[in-house]
Formats: sequence, C-alpha cells, structure tokens
Amino acid sequence: MTLGEKPGDVPLLSVEEVVKRFPMPQSILGRIAGRPRLAVNALNGVNLSVHRGETVGIVGESGCGKSTLARCLVRLLDPDDGRVRFEGRDIGELAGAERRAFNRRVQMIFQDPYSSLNPRMTVRQILGEALSVHKMRPRRHISARIAELLDLVRLPQDAAGRYPHEFSGGQRQRIGIARALCVEPDVLVADELVSALDVSVQAQVVNLLLQLQEELSLTVVFVAHDLRLVRHISHRVAVMYLGKVIEIGPTEALFSAPRHPYTKALLDAAPELDPGRRSRQAAARGELPSPLDLPQGCLFNSRCPFSFERCFAERPLLGERGRGHRAACHLSEFGTPTFVASVKAPA
Amino acid sequence: MSAVTDTAFEPALSVKDLTTVFETPGGPVTAVDAVSFDVMPGEVLGLVGESGSGKSVTLRSLMRLVHAPGKVAGTVLWQGRDLLSMRERELRRVRGGKIAIIFQEPTTALNPVLTVRVQIEENLRAHTSLDGRQRRARAIELLDLVGIPAAERRLGDFPHQFSGGMKQRVMIAIALASNPRLLLADEPTTALDVTIQDQILKLILDLRDEFSMSVVFVTHDLGVVAQTCDRMAVMYAGRIVESGSVTEVFSEPHHPYTRGLLGSVPRGGAERTLLTSIEGTPPSLAAIPAGCAFHPRCDFAVERCIERRPALEAIAPGRMVACFRQADVAAEAAAT
Repeated sequence: MTLGEKPGDVPLLSVEEVVKRFPMPQSILGRIAGRPRLAVNALNGVNLSVHRGETVGIVGESGCGKSTLARCLVRLLDPDDGRVRFEGRDIGELAGAERRAFNRRVQMIFQDPYSSLNPRMTVRQILGEALSVHKMRPRRHISARIAELLDLVRLPQDAAGRYPHEFSGGQRQRIGIARALCVEPDVLVADELVSALDVSVQAQVVNLLLQLQEELSLTVVFVAHDLRLVRHISHRVAVMYLGKVIEIGPTEALFSAPRHPYTKALLDAAPELDPGRRSRQAAARGELPSPLDLPQGCLFNSRCPFSFERCFAERPLLGERGRGHRAACHLSEFGTPTFVASVKAPA
Repeated sequence: MSAVTDTAFEPALSVKDLTTVFETPGGPVTAVDAVSFDVMPGEVLGLVGESGSGKSVTLRSLMRLVHAPGKVAGTVLWQGRDLLSMRERELRRVRGGKIAIIFQEPTTALNPVLTVRVQIEENLRAHTSLDGRQRRARAIELLDLVGIPAAERRLGDFPHQFSGGMKQRVMIAIALASNPRLLLADEPTTALDVTIQDQILKLILDLRDEFSMSVVFVTHDLGVVAQTCDRMAVMYAGRIVESGSVTEVFSEPHHPYTRGLLGSVPRGGAERTLLTSIEGTPPSLAAIPAGCAFHPRCDFAVERCIERRPALEAIAPGRMVACFRQADVAAEAAAT
C-alpha cells in the first residue's frame, strides 16, 4: 500500500527544499583576516511529504540531518531556506492563534527520557501543564483526563503523583508519549523514541506506538537510526545522507530493492539476525565527509563503489524509480543497476 | 563441566563460579553471580544481555579491573594459572599483554593529551623488547593493520583528530600491540554508526583469523552476536541463563528470556505487527527477585520458579539452560 501517493492529494505536512546551516564559531584572528565563516550544512535542500494517517520513517547515520529535520517539522528550528507546510500553509508564517493551533496539532517526543522531563514536576503536573496551556479541558476535568491518559499509555494510576526519577526508562518514554498525546495532536514526530531503551523494553514502546496510532488515527514521523525498527513501523521510508534525502519509497520496495548504493550499503551493514547468513565483506568503505565542506557532485561519491565521472560533476536529483519510489543516483536512472542483484532478500 | 567438551582442545580461558559483590550502604549487591564459561582457542564468545545484566562487570572482574567496594571470587584459569589469585606483578604481564581489552567509548578510553604514537608505544614498551626505532615501525604497522589510511602521517595525531570509528581502530591497534591471545571487547561498536560498526566487526574477525586469537564479545545487540560470534551466553540479573552455539540458540531458544529477547527485535516480513515483547523491566541488582530472577516477567512461570532458583544445566552437548520449564519453552517455540 502506498499511502498518500495518490496524485492531487494535499499532504498533511510537506517539506520543500529546506536548507539549514549552523555557523561555526570563528576566531577573532579569522574574523580580522576576513576569512569566510564556516557552517555545518545540516540540511541541503530536503523534500518530503507526509500524508494523513501514514507513518514515515526517516533513517540515516549520525550527522545526516534527521534530527534537524525533525526539529524543523515542529518549528523548533526555522529553516534558512525553503519551507515547511502544514495543511498547505507555510508554518513559518503562522502567528497568534494559528501558531498555537499548529503547536498543539504537531507534537514531538524526544529521544532522551531522562533529560526531557522536568525532574521537579510530578507526572500530574507535567501532563496538567500541557492540558491547561492549550485549554484542552475545564479545570475540574483535568484529573479525569490525566487518568485517561495514563490508561492510554498503560501506566498505573498511582503514577500521577510520582516524579520522573521514580520511573524506568521505558516508563518515562510512556510519560513523554502521554505528554505529547494530551493535547490531541494530529501528528507525532518521534526522534529516536526507543534508542535509549533496552531491547525488551523497546518492543513494548514500539507496540504501544503502533496501537495508539490505530486507536487515535495519528500521523507519525519516526526518526531513527535503527533500520530494523524503521522497517517495522513505517509505511514509507526516507533515507538521508549528508543533509539530503537520497532515497524514498514504500517500505517493502525500498528494503527489497534499494535503488541507491548508500541505501544498499546501509542495509548490508545492519547485522542480520540470522547466524546462518553471514558476510565477511564490509558493506561500505570510508566515512562520512565533513558537513563543513560538501563534496562536489553526488554527496556519496567518495564512498560509492560505482561512482563514475558524472557523479563528481553533477549532483543527481531525486528521480522516479517506481511507484512512489525515488532515488538520487545517476546510475539507477538507466534501469536496474547491478548493485540491486546482490541485496539480501527479506528474512 | 565445560560447555564445549571437545577433549582435543584445552580452553584458552576457563572461568568458574565468578562472583562479584559490591558492598553498598544499602547492603551487598551481587552484580555477577556464579558465572562459569570456557573460551576455546580461536573462538568468539558473545556475552549478551541488557543493561544491568552483569555482562560488562563479568569482563572487568576476570581482568581484576573491579576495585573496592567490589569483591571478586571464583577462579579464572589462563594457561593453567588463576588470574584472580595471581600476584599483581605477574598479572600486569598478562593484562594488556596476552589478554587485551577494548572498551565501548574510544573517546574516554584514549588519553586526550597524548599522541596516538605515544599510546601505542607505551604498550609496546611494556610488553615487548623492541627498541625505539622498531617500536615506531611497529606502531605504523599496527595502524596500517587496523585500516587507518596514511598511517605514518597520522602517528603524531591526537585522539581528537580522529573520527569515532578511527578512534576505535586506534584502540584496537593498541590492544594488538602486545600480540594478545585473547581479546576482551566490551561493546566495542555500540557508539558507532552502522556502516562503521560493520567495518570494525569485520576487522575484529579478520584479526581473529590472522592471529588465531580468542575473543570475548560483550554486547546487547543480537544482530552483532548473530554476525560475529561462534558461541553465546545470555545473561540476566548477573547469571548466565542460557548458552550454546549461536546457530542453536537462535534457532531453538530454551529459556523464555532468550526467546523474548529474540522476539523483541523486529525481523523483516511482518511489518507493523505487534512484537513479542517481554513485560516489565530488568530488575535492579539490589532487588533481584527470589527464585528464578526472571519469574515476574515470565509467561511460563509456575510456583516452583518463585520458590527455587533453577541451576544452569546441560540439555545437550554444549547447550546449557537454567529453566525448570525449558522443554515446554522449546516445544512452544517449535510450534509457532
């Protein structure tokens, strides 16, 4: 099912050519000498659309810009160029009541369940604050709503009176989810929701997210570095590299027949759970180039085993490679490239 | 009662009843509880578990890196000698020499104010009889071996000039300087990205083949175990609950915890379905449940599991499980 790939359908959230740079601190000497100020190129023209009811996974290694993108989606960061639209409206232009409505309808859950909850507030205060700021319920109904929310995220009722330090990591992440859900949002942006948790607890939180999404018909943007998790949760997946989406497509198509050599390397590098299937060849050579100084041409050219002249001269565009499947690679422009053949079949 | 009973080989390392207790104001905390395992020459053994399972403390205990208020008991036999009762001076020749260790965080494990050259040569000076010129040549050789480009030029660089993956390679180069027979690796790739992790894992396997080292690999990542280890031991609340060859444990888990752990990791093919999670959280080591430590989270628990602790028993050659209901667990796993 390629949710949200019907033509003419207005996406709930869309990212258009978003650019984000973080200037580096510069020494006084450098400033006097008039040297150009360096900047980390975190996002270099990202395009993405998210449709109502679907889960879009954003995957990539550290430094690929996935967290910056998540922050731009909820307007914790303003892009330097390009725009993010919510229901067709540029979120950078929203003000007053409209801005507040946007803030309520698009919620973020953070990675670290230890630093994202105020240690001096009880769970009741944490949830109550969000409820009263957005005037979600009359004061006298707040307690009942908190009880409902705790049920929703499968926490015991006595949790309301306790402080964050009294909970385990998994339980804290449930509190984070409850806090995001208490304002009845349309979109959840989850940045590395479970990566700080133990494997057995990860599964509980992932199950909870899947159930809540069905129950509340939420739209989810799931940002993570764990390919197995992203594959499990997402309808569609976008792969990022050096601040660009280099491949995007329906989960099954992307995982079974990746059309970008970096996606393939990422899939091959993820250690497979089957001890019977081992490879002794490293999947990718080299390391991420510096985001201070982007390579000419294709961003992956220095590590790509297939790069040829054109890859160093011209940056490939994200082009159609199948139904809703797009890749930014010169090679896959002409039919099926050779690297697809050696991809592992889904287990 | 070694796990692998091939009489033709003596184990490189034999750990028996290793127990580590920390005295705390709240009473003694048993981090490692009567852990026994053997590592055969050239074998990669995986110690798997979640946080607080005691896997890292096990590794540190057998190298006597646990300090007060921690107390280590048991025996760790290395070439017929007990590392735990050895004199400090003798131990120093083995530790970092024939037994090397690499840690999870290369950034904190390397000294930030010394060049890579000084840190490699330090180990060469301690464990080899090479002279200054030979040490430098060997340091270049080692950096080259672990895949650091332009090794000679990088020798004078400081740790901060290397990326995370390159720092871990430097750590491995330091560990290899003394030609170890056994490499202890404590989550060596957890801090790294997946393509870099893949490179480091393959490097460790290549080095194992080249120098026929044994490796003990501590990790929480089942994928890493599946791809790199020959045998595995699953730890829970300070004890080994199941061990055996990686192929057998993955295809036929006999302990409900192992089974739950394997079910918790999504596999391709069943997208957007619920995972078989384990309810609850791993226990705190200060409050380990009576009986089987896993019983509050276990679907198979019966009265016996609450009253008594199951011993780790052999169920087949090279396969050990600590569960009263292991046969039922395996039968149900086979049925689904």
